[in-house]
Amino acid sequence: MTDTQAPATTPVTLTVNGKEQTATTEDRTLLVNFLRNELGLTGTHVGCQTGQCGACTVVLDGEAVKSCMVLATQAAGHEVMTVEGLGKGSELHPIQEAFWEEHGLQCGYCTPGMLLSTYTLLQDTPDPDDAAIRHGIEGNICRCTGYHNIVKSVREAARRTSGTGTSTPEVAE
Amino acid sequence: MNPAPFTYHRPGTIAEAITLLTQHEDEAKLIAGGHSLLPVMKLRLAEPAHLIDLTGASDEGLRSVTLDGDTLTIGALVTHRTLERDATIRQAAPLLAETATHVGDRQVRARGTLGGTLAHADPAADYPAAVLAMGGTIVAQGPDGTREIPVEEFFLGLLTTALSPDEIVIAYRIPAAPAGTGVSYQKVANQASGYAIIGVAAQVSGGTVRVGVTGATGTAFRATAVEEALSGGSIDAAAIDAATAGITDGMDLLDDIAASSAYRARLVPGLIKRAVLEAAGRAS
Repeated sequence: MTDTQAPATTPVTLTVNGKEQTATTEDRTLLVNFLRNELGLTGTHVGCQTGQCGACTVVLDGEAVKSCMVLATQAAGHEVMTVEGLGKGSELHPIQEAFWEEHGLQCGYCTPGMLLSTYTLLQDTPDPDDAAIRHGIEGNICRCTGYHNIVKSVREAARRTSGTGTSTPEVAE
Repeated sequence: MNPAPFTYHRPGTIAEAITLLTQHEDEAKLIAGGHSLLPVMKLRLAEPAHLIDLTGASDEGLRSVTLDGDTLTIGALVTHRTLERDATIRQAAPLLAETATHVGDRQVRARGTLGGTLAHADPAADYPAAVLAMGGTIVAQGPDGTREIPVEEFFLGLLTTALSPDEIVIAYRIPAAPAGTGVSYQKVANQASGYAIIGVAAQVSGGTVRVGVTGATGTAFRATAVEEALSGGSIDAAAIDAATAGITDGMDLLDDIAASSAYRARLVPGLIKRAVLEAAGRAS
């Protein structure tokens, strides 16, 4: 089969940020491109497209996944949260506030993925130590080398969402 | 960067998936988590005309972890995230739980499946080392029913297993690890991909030592000479050094951009030592 053959299309219905959405797309469309091109949700970024950088991270049924590694049709019937679903309009989510407060970004390209990986990490580990933070966001690459402030941001986000703030101080790795 | 076009199938059962496999033969590929297949499809290294998605299959047990007496059965669609956290796995198959934490990253672990990684038989994947150190069987379903393939007979070579073209992995089955079992997975990873340059899984249980090695050659293997030398005896650094001396002699070691064969020859005994010592230290 070649790329010039008429591609098969299917209507895909999924819940995005709490709202059911339907669009017809090619079976080969990746979830990241479906979100961006069909639904106009461009907060999810396209990075490496090989499943390594994490810029396209979204939350699928409660778990952070790389949306360049999921076919849109595989997500049909499932629930997706993108960075647009994190805050409420102009009201930032506490994780977003923490990244702002602790300068957890420079260019911002990796940030939507970082925020959503942080979101799922804090769901099951509300008060992670720095080793747990680094393990939790290891699937997200920042090329501004901003990891130090990102770890501080996640620590601050944990404090804001769980209110304990007992993370251990960072130690050399 | 989309894959080339294909016809998408989402069968509701494994039996339907097998029928599709039989119809389309080598024009079809199975997909579950997709983390090995989609990258090669994007690169046009694979251009299946038919993609058969197993994630719609609702067969009983495909997504569950079941401890029946002493027998642990893990469904093929169980994800790495479940393997690293599930209480039954941590108790009855601690080596699998430990190895799971080393697979990819959190997002990859959320999608990737046990059955997918076993069937793919990537020479640098983590689980082949673990299952070889644990033993047990791979349960495969084909047109004529199911059969159990001992793990020692499952991995045949680079990306090659004992599965027939019309068979699908539906589970991994092992005797539960006895209390006091000590385990360890030691890995030197490719910094970019996270895949193992060398990974060594060790399990020490009642004086019996089992060791699986991945990343060294085209397929994972059991370090049987090391197992025999150490089982029932004292396990210390000197004994391990003696047992691993010359272990890679005559092997066709991988030699690639990630690591030379000479470096792999040094890593194999080094990581066996670390893994066996840690597993023995955790055993009681």
